[in-house]
Amino acid sequence: MPVTLPDVKKTWPNAINTVTLGATRDEGGTRTKKVTVGGATALPFHHFEGAMPYPPAIAMEVWDVAPQDWPDVLAEHFRDVWHDPGLWAKKCVEQYGADLICLRLAGCDPVKENRGPQEAAQAVKRVLESVGVPLIVWGTGNDDKDNEIFPAVAEAAAGENCLLGTITEDNYKTLVALCTAYKHKVITESPCDVNIAKQVNILATDMGFKPEDIVIYPTSAALGYGLEYVYSVMERARLAALRGDKMLSQPMICDIGIEVWGVKEAKASERELPEWGEQKERGPLWEATTAYVYLLAGADILVLRHPKAVASVRETITQLMGDGLR
Amino acid sequence: MILIGERINGSFKDIAQAIKERNKAPIQEWARRQTEAGADYLDVNLGAVSKSADDFRWLIQTVCEAVPTPISIDYNKLDLMKAGLEAYREFGGGRPVIINSTTAEDSKLIPLVELAMQYNAGLIGVVMDERGSPQDVDRRVELGAKIFAVASEAGLTPDRIYLDPIVMPLKFMQEQAKNVLEAIRQFAMISDPPPHISIGLSNICSKAQEKSLINRTFLVMAMAMGCDTAICNVCDQELMNAVATAELILNKEIYSDSYLKAYRKKK
Repeated sequence: MPVTLPDVKKTWPNAINTVTLGATRDEGGTRTKKVTVGGATALPFHHFEGAMPYPPAIAMEVWDVAPQDWPDVLAEHFRDVWHDPGLWAKKCVEQYGADLICLRLAGCDPVKENRGPQEAAQAVKRVLESVGVPLIVWGTGNDDKDNEIFPAVAEAAAGENCLLGTITEDNYKTLVALCTAYKHKVITESPCDVNIAKQVNILATDMGFKPEDIVIYPTSAALGYGLEYVYSVMERARLAALRGDKMLSQPMICDIGIEVWGVKEAKASERELPEWGEQKERGPLWEATTAYVYLLAGADILVLRHPKAVASVRETITQLMGDGLR
Repeated sequence: MILIGERINGSFKDIAQAIKERNKAPIQEWARRQTEAGADYLDVNLGAVSKSADDFRWLIQTVCEAVPTPISIDYNKLDLMKAGLEAYREFGGGRPVIINSTTAEDSKLIPLVELAMQYNAGLIGVVMDERGSPQDVDRRVELGAKIFAVASEAGLTPDRIYLDPIVMPLKFMQEQAKNVLEAIRQFAMISDPPPHISIGLSNICSKAQEKSLINRTFLVMAMAMGCDTAICNVCDQELMNAVATAELILNKEIYSDSYLKAYRKKK
């Protein structure tokens, strides 16, 4: 007897917000390319259930200062340019195809070089004049320091429609005010906690900031270091968003390179751990594999470091988007 | 939770007077207040003040002009319901609509289901028939199942069917409150996904002293049983706070410290 299978396709009442980064000359900026993320009306890559109008975007990480602790398999790709964030960014865009540059102001960290606001602004300007893609600027994570450097950073990038971050439950007023004044988007950070993710968004919007100008950073973890916990938080946020929660309907950003290149699976050389195989394969593979998982959890922007990981994640996105890719 | 604002109803004196005088201001003020308070729909009911299709049309136009909120068209006669739906089609510009309401009597149910299909509307089905209002759980469920079956067969999907178990005054019919809660629990098992379950909340506190407290306590209990729609006083802030909290407890919303603000923003 023939059996008719019921239609189990799921439709959702709400869509993820779309966020466009970058502003062209007509819009008051100098970008030659803009990037839009979000807009999904179904779970990631469920093309049979809804639309996923924009593929996840890849941001490559650039620092304002030459990193001291990057392993050789990573450093060898950037050592020739990392004295200048502009050249570094240019290489990421032109050679490795980055959609966005994520400038991390590591040099401003009080425990590193403790650089000041003017040096931070200078680094931002260098990247902006060197590449045409939109810019993410990631602070130090030190509240006092971020509040000291971001006024100069936001002003240096005025009109460019950048994504600045992060704000937290305990430190949000300064950066939200700056993003409002200089027309940037903001990253809201929470410590792997969906309740706090929602709370930070409420706090920002309570200041009059538009929910459509927010990108959620739910915290990231490397494969093997709590990734499944982050996954479940992202999944829960995304399900709530699709069901109608406007305070969780924002696209999500995952900061992957910094996590992966801090764990031994990527960092340890084959001299230290010969049984784990070649580091130049293992490191990028660990980074790419971590990224694949976050793609499935709903990541809209991935911040990556290694060119091989970037290429591999790009290929995966293309495959997963299938005919849905514009 | 789908919240339907109850206030634009000719049985309130200010609305009755506004209808008689064709004075838009008080009606539009209530449309705005209820919308700001978070109403998903505004119930629009002539009450006993008029039986005129022209008045109903004017009332619907008045509400549609003031706010973009969808309405639930509330009248118990077929001809005026049709006039109301026609007016709403003209002035509402394709917004969603709920027909409030049919009973389980064939002479009402069948034509109102047809109207719901014709106007792409939701339909509230009140579980009473020619024998009157039910006094027990079984009769409520029997009539609920009948309304669901007739509406489904005609093509209404569960998300357009709203079953109303008939809330009765606590002060006068105390034993019925528990029956209503049990009927809600059983309505929720009629289909998967279930139909909406809607209550006319303010009946519970009729003539009582502690109206607001009785309303919010009963609504929270009804929500726990599966009620997801209420025609109520959306301007009662404590009621709205109780709804927001109940949604958290039922794990329908994600907790945050400022969840009350989030709920208001959402609405």
